[in-house]
Amino acid sequence: MTAAFKPKHQRLVLVVLALAAILAAGALAAWALKNQASYFYIPSEIVANPPAADRAVRLGGMVRAGTLKTSPDGVTMHFVVDDGHGQVPVTFAGIAPDLFKEGSGVVAEGHMIDGTFVADNLLAKHDENYVPRELQDMSKQQARQTVAETK
Amino acid sequence: MHAFANPTRFLRIARPLTPALLLSGLAITAAALIYGLFYAPAEQLQGETVRILFIHVPAAWLGMAGWSAIAVASLVELVWRHPLAALAARGSAVPGAVFAALCLASGSLWGRPAWGTYWVWDGRLTSMLVLLFLYLGYIALAGAVQREGGSSRIPAIFGLVGAINIPIIHYSVIWWNSLHQPPSLGWGGSSMAGPFLWGLVAASLGFTLIFAGVVLARMRALLAGIQADARLRRKAMEA
Repeated sequence: MTAAFKPKHQRLVLVVLALAAILAAGALAAWALKNQASYFYIPSEIVANPPAADRAVRLGGMVRAGTLKTSPDGVTMHFVVDDGHGQVPVTFAGIAPDLFKEGSGVVAEGHMIDGTFVADNLLAKHDENYVPRELQDMSKQQARQTVAETK
Repeated sequence: MHAFANPTRFLRIARPLTPALLLSGLAITAAALIYGLFYAPAEQLQGETVRILFIHVPAAWLGMAGWSAIAVASLVELVWRHPLAALAARGSAVPGAVFAALCLASGSLWGRPAWGTYWVWDGRLTSMLVLLFLYLGYIALAGAVQREGGSSRIPAIFGLVGAINIPIIHYSVIWWNSLHQPPSLGWGGSSMAGPFLWGLVAASLGFTLIFAGVVLARMRALLAGIQADARLRRKAMEA
Protein backbone atom coordinates (compact mmCIF):
# COMPACT_ATOMS: atom_id res chain seq x y z
CA MET A 1 0.00 0.00 0.00
CA THR A 2 1.56 3.26 -1.10
CA ALA A 3 -0.99 5.57 0.47
CA ALA A 4 -0.19 6.71 4.01
CA PHE A 5 -3.63 5.81 5.29
CA LYS A 6 -6.03 3.06 4.39
CA PRO A 7 -9.56 4.37 3.73
CA LYS A 8 -10.89 2.81 6.91
CA HIS A 9 -8.20 4.55 8.95
CA GLN A 10 -9.12 7.85 7.34
CA ARG A 11 -12.74 7.24 8.26
CA LEU A 12 -11.74 6.31 11.81
CA VAL A 13 -9.77 9.53 12.24
CA LEU A 14 -12.65 11.53 10.74
CA VAL A 15 -15.24 9.94 13.01
CA VAL A 16 -13.07 10.35 16.11
CA LEU A 17 -12.52 14.04 15.28
CA ALA A 18 -16.24 14.53 14.69
CA LEU A 19 -17.05 12.79 17.98
CA ALA A 20 -14.54 14.95 19.85
CA ALA A 21 -16.16 18.06 18.35
CA ILE A 22 -19.66 16.86 19.32
CA LEU A 23 -18.53 16.02 22.85
CA ALA A 24 -16.88 19.41 23.24
CA ALA A 25 -20.04 21.12 21.97
CA GLY A 26 -22.16 19.11 24.38
CA ALA A 27 -19.86 19.85 27.31
CA LEU A 28 -19.88 23.58 26.48
CA ALA A 29 -23.67 23.59 26.21
CA ALA A 30 -24.01 21.75 29.51
CA TRP A 31 -21.61 24.21 31.12
CA ALA A 32 -23.51 27.19 29.73
CA LEU A 33 -26.74 25.67 31.02
CA LYS A 34 -25.27 25.12 34.46
CA ASN A 35 -27.42 27.79 36.07
CA GLN A 36 -30.46 27.71 33.79
CA ALA A 37 -30.88 23.93 33.83
CA SER A 38 -30.94 23.61 37.59
CA TYR A 39 -34.38 22.77 38.83
CA PHE A 40 -34.15 24.87 41.98
CA TYR A 41 -31.99 27.34 43.91
CA ILE A 42 -30.35 26.31 47.17
CA PRO A 43 -30.81 28.51 50.26
CA SER A 44 -27.33 30.09 50.12
CA GLU A 45 -28.04 31.26 46.53
CA ILE A 46 -31.38 32.75 47.63
CA VAL A 47 -29.73 34.49 50.59
CA ALA A 48 -26.89 35.87 48.45
CA ASN A 49 -29.20 36.97 45.62
CA PRO A 50 -32.79 37.36 46.85
CA PRO A 51 -35.20 37.16 43.89
CA ALA A 52 -37.82 39.88 43.40
CA ALA A 53 -41.12 39.24 45.20
CA ASP A 54 -43.02 38.93 41.90
CA ARG A 55 -40.67 36.30 40.49
CA ALA A 56 -41.71 32.66 40.91
CA VAL A 57 -38.74 30.54 41.97
CA ARG A 58 -38.06 27.10 43.38
CA LEU A 59 -36.12 26.59 46.57
CA GLY A 60 -34.57 23.21 47.38
CA GLY A 61 -32.76 21.92 50.43
CA MET A 62 -33.15 20.00 53.66
CA VAL A 63 -35.97 20.67 56.10
CA ARG A 64 -33.95 21.43 59.22
CA ALA A 65 -34.86 19.10 62.09
CA GLY A 66 -36.86 20.72 64.88
CA THR A 67 -38.08 23.67 62.80
CA LEU A 68 -41.36 22.26 61.42
CA LYS A 69 -44.33 23.88 63.16
CA THR A 70 -47.99 23.94 62.24
CA SER A 71 -50.07 27.08 62.89
CA PRO A 72 -53.22 26.90 65.04
CA ASP A 73 -55.28 27.01 61.81
CA GLY A 74 -54.03 23.47 61.14
CA VAL A 75 -53.00 23.93 57.50
CA THR A 76 -50.24 26.53 57.55
CA MET A 77 -46.81 25.14 58.29
CA HIS A 78 -43.53 26.88 58.95
CA PHE A 79 -40.10 25.35 58.58
CA VAL A 80 -36.52 26.27 57.72
CA VAL A 81 -34.79 25.03 54.57
CA ASP A 82 -31.06 24.60 54.98
CA ASP A 83 -28.14 23.66 52.72
CA GLY A 84 -25.38 23.77 55.36
CA HIS A 85 -24.30 27.30 54.32
CA GLY A 86 -27.50 29.28 54.27
CA GLN A 87 -31.05 28.98 55.50
CA VAL A 88 -34.42 30.32 54.42
CA PRO A 89 -37.66 30.27 56.46
CA VAL A 90 -40.62 28.88 54.51
CA THR A 91 -44.37 29.04 55.03
CA PHE A 92 -46.79 26.78 53.22
CA ALA A 93 -50.56 26.35 53.49
CA GLY A 94 -51.79 23.11 51.96
CA ILE A 95 -51.24 19.39 51.77
CA ALA A 96 -47.63 18.25 51.81
CA PRO A 97 -46.53 15.05 49.98
CA ASP A 98 -46.09 11.86 52.04
CA LEU A 99 -42.31 11.96 51.93
CA PHE A 100 -42.19 15.51 53.30
CA LYS A 101 -40.69 15.47 56.81
CA GLU A 102 -38.02 17.03 58.96
CA GLY A 103 -34.46 16.16 58.03
CA SER A 104 -35.27 15.20 54.45
CA GLY A 105 -35.15 17.03 51.13
CA VAL A 106 -37.83 19.37 49.82
CA VAL A 107 -38.39 21.54 46.77
CA ALA A 108 -40.74 24.48 47.38
CA GLU A 109 -42.28 26.53 44.55
CA GLY A 110 -43.24 30.08 45.40
CA HIS A 111 -42.06 33.63 46.03
CA MET A 112 -39.55 35.30 48.30
CA ILE A 113 -41.49 37.91 50.29
CA ASP A 114 -39.78 39.98 53.04
CA GLY A 115 -37.14 37.38 53.78
CA THR A 116 -39.64 34.53 53.99
CA PHE A 117 -40.27 32.03 51.22
CA VAL A 118 -44.03 31.75 50.66
CA ALA A 119 -44.59 28.41 48.96
CA ASP A 120 -47.54 27.61 46.68
CA ASN A 121 -46.53 23.98 46.29
CA LEU A 122 -44.21 21.50 47.97
CA LEU A 123 -42.43 18.57 46.34
CA ALA A 124 -40.61 16.00 48.45
CA LYS A 125 -37.17 14.99 47.31
CA HIS A 126 -36.08 11.43 47.89
CA ASP A 127 -32.38 10.77 48.40
CA GLU A 128 -30.28 7.91 47.06
CA ASN A 129 -30.56 5.84 50.25
CA TYR A 130 -32.89 2.85 50.25
CA VAL A 131 -33.52 1.39 53.71
CA PRO A 132 -36.07 -1.36 54.50
CA ARG A 133 -38.93 -0.33 56.73
CA GLU A 134 -37.96 -2.81 59.46
CA LEU A 135 -34.83 -0.76 60.00
CA GLN A 136 -36.55 2.58 60.48
CA ASP A 137 -36.77 2.31 64.27
CA MET A 138 -33.03 1.95 64.54
CA SER A 139 -30.87 4.97 64.91
CA LYS A 140 -29.42 6.36 61.69
CA GLN A 141 -26.03 4.97 62.62
CA GLN A 142 -27.39 1.46 63.19
CA ALA A 143 -29.38 1.55 59.96
CA ARG A 144 -26.32 2.61 57.97
CA GLN A 145 -24.36 -0.21 59.54
CA THR A 146 -27.08 -2.74 58.67
CA VAL A 147 -27.19 -1.45 55.10
CA ALA A 148 -23.43 -1.81 54.87
CA GLU A 149 -23.55 -5.35 56.24
CA THR A 150 -26.27 -6.63 53.92
CA LYS A 151 -24.70 -5.16 50.80
CA MET B 1 -14.65 -8.37 14.24
CA HIS B 2 -15.09 -9.66 10.71
CA ALA B 3 -15.55 -13.20 11.93
CA PHE B 4 -19.26 -12.34 12.20
CA ALA B 5 -19.41 -10.35 8.99
CA ASN B 6 -20.73 -13.35 7.17
CA PRO B 7 -24.54 -13.39 7.64
CA THR B 8 -24.64 -17.20 7.39
CA ARG B 9 -22.20 -17.53 10.25
CA PHE B 10 -24.12 -14.91 12.23
CA LEU B 11 -27.36 -16.81 11.71
CA ARG B 12 -25.78 -20.09 12.75
CA ILE B 13 -24.96 -18.52 16.13
CA ALA B 14 -28.02 -16.28 16.48
CA ARG B 15 -30.60 -18.96 15.73
CA PRO B 16 -30.02 -21.06 18.89
CA LEU B 17 -28.92 -18.04 20.96
CA THR B 18 -32.19 -16.08 20.51
CA PRO B 19 -34.52 -18.51 22.36
CA ALA B 20 -31.82 -19.25 24.95
CA LEU B 21 -31.52 -15.53 25.80
CA LEU B 22 -35.27 -14.95 25.77
CA LEU B 23 -36.16 -17.96 27.92
CA SER B 24 -33.42 -17.44 30.52
CA GLY B 25 -34.24 -13.71 30.59
CA LEU B 26 -37.95 -14.37 31.11
CA ALA B 27 -37.23 -16.86 33.93
CA ILE B 28 -34.84 -14.53 35.77
CA THR B 29 -37.11 -11.49 35.27
CA ALA B 30 -40.16 -13.41 36.54
CA ALA B 31 -38.27 -14.57 39.63
CA ALA B 32 -36.92 -11.06 40.31
CA LEU B 33 -40.33 -9.40 39.88
CA ILE B 34 -42.12 -11.96 42.06
CA TYR B 35 -39.50 -11.32 44.72
CA GLY B 36 -39.76 -7.55 44.21
CA LEU B 37 -43.56 -7.43 44.37
CA PHE B 38 -44.22 -9.93 47.14
CA TYR B 39 -41.10 -10.58 49.21
CA ALA B 40 -38.94 -7.44 49.16
CA PRO B 41 -39.40 -5.23 52.23
CA ALA B 42 -41.20 -1.89 52.12
CA GLU B 43 -38.89 1.11 52.19
CA GLN B 44 -38.79 3.31 55.28
CA LEU B 45 -39.93 6.51 53.52
CA GLN B 46 -41.45 5.40 50.21
CA GLY B 47 -43.28 2.39 51.65
CA GLU B 48 -44.67 -0.05 49.09
CA THR B 49 -44.04 2.21 46.08
CA VAL B 50 -40.36 1.27 46.28
CA ARG B 51 -41.28 -1.88 44.31
CA ILE B 52 -41.49 0.20 41.11
CA LEU B 53 -37.69 0.31 41.42
CA PHE B 54 -37.39 -3.24 40.10
CA ILE B 55 -38.92 -2.18 36.75
CA HIS B 56 -37.89 1.48 36.61
CA VAL B 57 -34.13 1.06 37.05
CA PRO B 58 -33.66 -1.85 34.58
CA ALA B 59 -35.82 0.08 32.09
CA ALA B 60 -33.67 3.20 32.51
CA TRP B 61 -30.49 1.15 32.15
CA LEU B 62 -31.71 -0.54 28.96
CA GLY B 63 -33.08 2.69 27.52
CA MET B 64 -29.56 4.13 27.81
CA ALA B 65 -27.78 0.86 26.90
CA GLY B 66 -29.94 0.59 23.77
CA TRP B 67 -28.71 3.93 22.47
CA SER B 68 -25.14 3.08 23.47
CA ALA B 69 -25.49 -0.05 21.33
CA ILE B 70 -26.81 2.07 18.44
CA ALA B 71 -23.82 4.41 18.81
CA VAL B 72 -21.22 1.60 18.86
CA ALA B 73 -22.87 -0.18 15.92
CA SER B 74 -23.02 3.14 14.03
CA LEU B 75 -19.29 3.68 14.62
CA VAL B 76 -18.55 0.17 13.30
CA GLU B 77 -20.83 0.83 10.33
CA LEU B 78 -19.20 4.17 9.46
CA VAL B 79 -15.56 3.14 9.91
CA TRP B 80 -15.39 -0.56 9.11
CA ARG B 81 -18.50 -0.83 6.89
CA HIS B 82 -19.43 -3.99 8.73
CA PRO B 83 -22.47 -5.47 6.95
CA LEU B 84 -24.30 -6.44 10.15
CA ALA B 85 -23.66 -3.21 12.07
CA ALA B 86 -26.59 -1.34 10.52
CA LEU B 87 -28.86 -4.24 11.38
CA ALA B 88 -27.59 -4.31 14.98
CA ALA B 89 -28.28 -0.58 15.34
CA ARG B 90 -31.77 -0.87 13.85
CA GLY B 91 -32.49 -3.96 15.95
CA SER B 92 -31.67 -2.09 19.17
CA ALA B 93 -33.84 0.93 18.39
CA VAL B 94 -37.36 -0.38 19.02
CA PRO B 95 -36.60 -2.33 22.24
CA GLY B 96 -34.55 0.65 23.47
CA ALA B 97 -37.48 3.00 22.80
CA VAL B 98 -39.88 0.63 24.60
CA PHE B 99 -37.65 0.54 27.68
CA ALA B 100 -37.15 4.32 27.65
CA ALA B 101 -40.94 4.74 27.56
CA LEU B 102 -41.33 2.17 30.35
CA CYS B 103 -38.77 4.08 32.42
CA LEU B 104 -40.65 7.36 31.97
CA ALA B 105 -44.06 5.80 32.70
CA SER B 106 -42.94 3.89 35.80
CA GLY B 107 -41.01 6.86 37.12
CA SER B 108 -44.04 9.09 36.65
CA LEU B 109 -46.25 6.67 38.59
CA TRP B 110 -43.66 6.60 41.38
CA GLY B 111 -43.27 10.37 41.37
CA ARG B 112 -46.92 11.04 42.22
CA PRO B 113 -46.84 9.44 45.71
CA ALA B 114 -43.14 10.07 46.43
CA TRP B 115 -42.59 13.61 45.17
CA GLY B 116 -46.16 14.80 44.96
CA THR B 117 -46.17 15.20 41.17
CA TYR B 118 -46.29 13.03 38.03
CA TRP B 119 -43.86 15.18 36.11
CA VAL B 120 -41.39 18.01 36.52
CA TRP B 121 -39.07 19.52 33.93
CA ASP B 122 -35.86 18.83 35.81
CA GLY B 123 -32.62 17.80 34.10
CA ARG B 124 -33.00 14.05 34.50
CA LEU B 125 -36.63 13.74 33.42
CA THR B 126 -36.21 16.12 30.50
CA SER B 127 -33.06 14.46 29.15
CA MET B 128 -34.74 11.03 29.41
CA LEU B 129 -37.74 12.34 27.45
CA VAL B 130 -35.30 13.68 24.85
CA LEU B 131 -33.85 10.15 24.61
CA LEU B 132 -37.32 8.75 23.83
CA PHE B 133 -37.79 11.38 21.09
CA LEU B 134 -34.33 10.56 19.69
CA TYR B 135 -35.37 6.89 19.49
CA LEU B 136 -38.58 7.80 17.67
CA GLY B 137 -36.62 9.98 15.24
CA TYR B 138 -34.05 7.23 14.67
CA ILE B 139 -36.72 4.60 14.02
CA ALA B 140 -38.50 6.87 11.53
CA LEU B 141 -35.23 7.82 9.81
CA ALA B 142 -33.89 4.26 9.54
CA GLY B 143 -37.26 3.04 8.24
CA ALA B 144 -37.44 5.82 5.65
CA VAL B 145 -33.88 5.16 4.50
CA GLN B 146 -34.68 1.49 3.99
CA ARG B 147 -37.95 2.18 2.15
CA GLU B 148 -36.64 5.00 -0.01
CA GLY B 149 -33.29 3.35 -0.65
CA GLY B 150 -30.91 5.89 0.95
CA SER B 151 -27.56 5.13 2.51
CA SER B 152 -27.62 3.40 5.91
CA ARG B 153 -24.83 5.82 6.88
CA ILE B 154 -27.44 8.56 7.39
CA PRO B 155 -29.06 6.92 10.46
CA ALA B 156 -25.56 5.88 11.62
CA ILE B 157 -24.52 9.55 11.81
CA PHE B 158 -27.74 10.33 13.67
CA GLY B 159 -27.01 7.45 16.07
CA LEU B 160 -23.53 8.77 16.82
CA VAL B 161 -24.60 12.39 17.30
CA GLY B 162 -27.50 11.35 19.54
CA ALA B 163 -25.09 9.53 21.85
CA ILE B 164 -24.14 12.90 23.36
CA ASN B 165 -27.41 12.66 25.30
CA ILE B 166 -26.30 9.53 27.22
CA PRO B 167 -23.66 11.22 29.43
CA ILE B 168 -26.05 14.17 29.82
CA ILE B 169 -28.72 11.83 31.24
CA HIS B 170 -26.20 10.25 33.58
CA TYR B 171 -24.70 13.50 34.86
CA SER B 172 -27.93 15.53 34.87
CA VAL B 173 -28.46 14.78 38.57
CA ILE B 174 -24.84 15.66 39.38
CA TRP B 175 -24.31 18.80 37.28
CA TRP B 176 -27.66 20.40 38.01
CA ASN B 177 -29.95 20.59 41.01
CA SER B 178 -32.74 18.18 40.20
CA LEU B 179 -35.77 16.68 41.86
CA HIS B 180 -34.61 13.22 40.81
CA GLN B 181 -32.26 11.65 43.31
CA PRO B 182 -28.57 11.08 42.50
CA PRO B 183 -27.51 7.51 41.57
CA SER B 184 -27.64 4.94 44.38
CA LEU B 185 -25.19 2.65 42.61
CA GLY B 186 -21.71 3.65 41.55
CA TRP B 187 -18.17 2.41 41.30
CA GLY B 188 -17.68 3.28 44.97
CA GLY B 189 -20.51 1.04 46.16
CA SER B 190 -24.20 1.28 46.81
CA SER B 191 -26.35 3.30 49.19
CA MET B 192 -29.10 0.73 48.79
CA ALA B 193 -29.78 -1.98 51.37
CA GLY B 194 -29.11 -5.59 50.31
CA PRO B 195 -32.76 -6.68 49.83
CA PHE B 196 -33.26 -3.89 47.24
CA LEU B 197 -29.82 -4.16 45.68
CA TRP B 198 -29.88 -7.89 44.91
CA GLY B 199 -33.44 -7.85 43.63
CA LEU B 200 -32.42 -4.98 41.38
CA VAL B 201 -29.33 -6.79 40.10
CA ALA B 202 -31.44 -9.87 39.26
CA ALA B 203 -34.16 -7.83 37.53
CA SER B 204 -31.55 -5.89 35.52
CA LEU B 205 -29.88 -9.13 34.42
CA GLY B 206 -33.21 -10.67 33.41
CA PHE B 207 -34.39 -7.62 31.44
CA THR B 208 -30.97 -7.35 29.77
CA LEU B 209 -31.12 -10.97 28.56
CA ILE B 210 -34.63 -10.34 27.17
CA PHE B 211 -33.33 -7.18 25.48
CA ALA B 212 -30.44 -9.07 23.86
CA GLY B 213 -32.80 -11.82 22.69
CA VAL B 214 -35.18 -9.29 21.15
CA VAL B 215 -32.31 -7.49 19.38
CA LEU B 216 -31.10 -10.79 17.87
CA ALA B 217 -34.65 -11.70 16.82
CA ARG B 218 -35.08 -8.29 15.16
CA MET B 219 -31.71 -8.56 13.40
CA ARG B 220 -32.72 -11.96 12.02
CA ALA B 221 -36.04 -10.56 10.86
CA LEU B 222 -34.33 -7.60 9.13
CA LEU B 223 -31.82 -9.95 7.52
CA ALA B 224 -34.61 -12.24 6.30
CA GLY B 225 -36.38 -9.19 4.82
CA ILE B 226 -33.24 -8.12 2.96
CA GLN B 227 -32.66 -11.65 1.65
CA ALA B 228 -36.29 -11.94 0.54
CA ASP B 229 -36.03 -8.60 -1.32
CA ALA B 230 -32.82 -9.71 -3.02
CA ARG B 231 -34.41 -12.98 -4.09
CA LEU B 232 -37.46 -11.19 -5.49
CA ARG B 233 -35.22 -8.84 -7.46
CA ARG B 234 -33.26 -11.80 -8.85
CA LYS B 235 -36.49 -13.55 -9.89
CA ALA B 236 -37.71 -10.35 -11.54
CA MET B 237 -34.45 -10.05 -13.48
CA GLU B 238 -34.65 -13.66 -14.65
CA ALA B 239 -38.30 -13.37 -15.73
